[in-house]
Amino acid sequence: MSDVASLPRRIAARIVGHALAFVARFITAVRADWRGIEPVAKQRVYYANHVSNADMPMIWTVLPGHMRRQTRPVAAADYWLKTRMRAFIGPEVFNCVLIDRRPEARTEVPMAKILEALDEGSSLIIFPEGNRNMTDDPLLPFRSGLYNMGRARPDVDLVPTWVANLNEIMPKGEVIPLPLICTVTFGAPIHVAEGEGKDAFLTRAADALKALAPPEPRP
Amino acid sequence: MTSQTTTDILILGLAVAGILLAFTLVGEALRARQPRGTSNPVVEAFVMRVHTWWGLAILLSLAVISGRIGVILLFAFASFAALREYLTYAVKRRADHLSLALGCFVILPLQYLFVALDWTALFTVFIPVYAFLLLPIVSALRGDSQNFLARVAETQWGLMICVFCISHVPALLTYDMPDGSDRSILLIVFFAMVVQFGDLFDYYAGRRFGRRRIAPTLSPKTVEGMVTGVLAAALIGALLSWTTPFGVAGAAAMAALASLTGMFGSLVFAAIKRDKGVKDWSHLIPGQGGLLDQLDSVIFAAPVFYHVTHLVWG
Repeated sequence: MSDVASLPRRIAARIVGHALAFVARFITAVRADWRGIEPVAKQRVYYANHVSNADMPMIWTVLPGHMRRQTRPVAAADYWLKTRMRAFIGPEVFNCVLIDRRPEARTEVPMAKILEALDEGSSLIIFPEGNRNMTDDPLLPFRSGLYNMGRARPDVDLVPTWVANLNEIMPKGEVIPLPLICTVTFGAPIHVAEGEGKDAFLTRAADALKALAPPEPRP
Repeated sequence: MTSQTTTDILILGLAVAGILLAFTLVGEALRARQPRGTSNPVVEAFVMRVHTWWGLAILLSLAVISGRIGVILLFAFASFAALREYLTYAVKRRADHLSLALGCFVILPLQYLFVALDWTALFTVFIPVYAFLLLPIVSALRGDSQNFLARVAETQWGLMICVFCISHVPALLTYDMPDGSDRSILLIVFFAMVVQFGDLFDYYAGRRFGRRRIAPTLSPKTVEGMVTGVLAAALIGALLSWTTPFGVAGAAAMAALASLTGMFGSLVFAAIKRDKGVKDWSHLIPGQGGLLDQLDSVIFAAPVFYHVTHLVWG
């Protein structure tokens, strides 16, 4: 997407990106906790919990610049193309891989677009729960995309990424984000094992992600 | 600002820079004594703290040199960062979202606006009275009664501690010096230095020869450390009495009072952290945990210092 955009638009996208990262830092003092991996430019799929629209910008903000430029969030086309502003921020600022969620109307298979981005050398950010989690459970059941990626490109590290506190910083339906400390924890990478079934792998992936959550505060 | 005040600020700044330079040299000398390729964690922690003090001292100097607005903005941001750390661990539910947002984005800026405008009457009651009554109403309107008293009490405590108390430091600017000069800004430097150096002596004396713990289940603070810290603060206060309207004995007494209330403040914060199960409030300040970990003594000392200054020398 950024290849076809004009130079002024690309410069504007960079400026807006830095501004969003600054706002995220100002409000939440967001910080990366590299617990299982090092912040190096290796090809990875960061898979994260999803409670708020601010999840993806938080992960994007804590990635060092050289990794951020290489990393593309996978996101819903219907959301990011709804208004002109979103169509600028999603595809151009965040360089999203846009996925059409409507099976009946789409022209491209989502997994093909994802694998194409991986084959170009990009890292990805995905939310395997599919929707925002509004329940009290830590995670919704994972969709199969993560498993399919891990099977199709076994060399790519699948990195569990827990975004803490965002359900309190910006719950669904609230407009003003609360200033609370946000931490993004990156765990040890996992891979689909030889002969491992879909359900077994997805359970293992979800457990690896849940293990990164901080303990619940005492009342 | 008169040139005399500016000169005095520069002298204080140079003195602090000299002390930090000495600390830096000590740290580097200790580092150099380590065998090649090894490092001592205590030395490294000390060097990291000294680096952070340089940063804080430079920040405070810039704010003080830039005058009233700089000081007020610096402490408004400190309040914001402290409240952010505090609320991260506070008891809260969805129903409190609006009242917490009001606390951070309306009450906090208004409190500092009242300081800037020198509306002393409003500044002293705004949070203890009006925010205290308003925010529970906003939470109650959302109709969630679970843990209600704990939720509103913790919110109010956060505003008292992180906004009301911290705002008393820049509020020292509104103190009218008996000689009519604009030297009240030096009171802030005096206050910050005696509290910080008192803490420093408490910490190192407590480690070196502290025996009797004050509250063994809460904190490693010892009687010996605290006595040393308060005496050191009094001595530094006496040496800096030329920056204050207090006189030599008065400055020593005020420094001792500020240092003592500050130490008990950090004891209270140790109890809060223990209750919440956190070691540091955040990672904002390298080597010192969060801003609240750094400011806990200033928070308790500021309102007492402010009011005693007004009562005795007003």
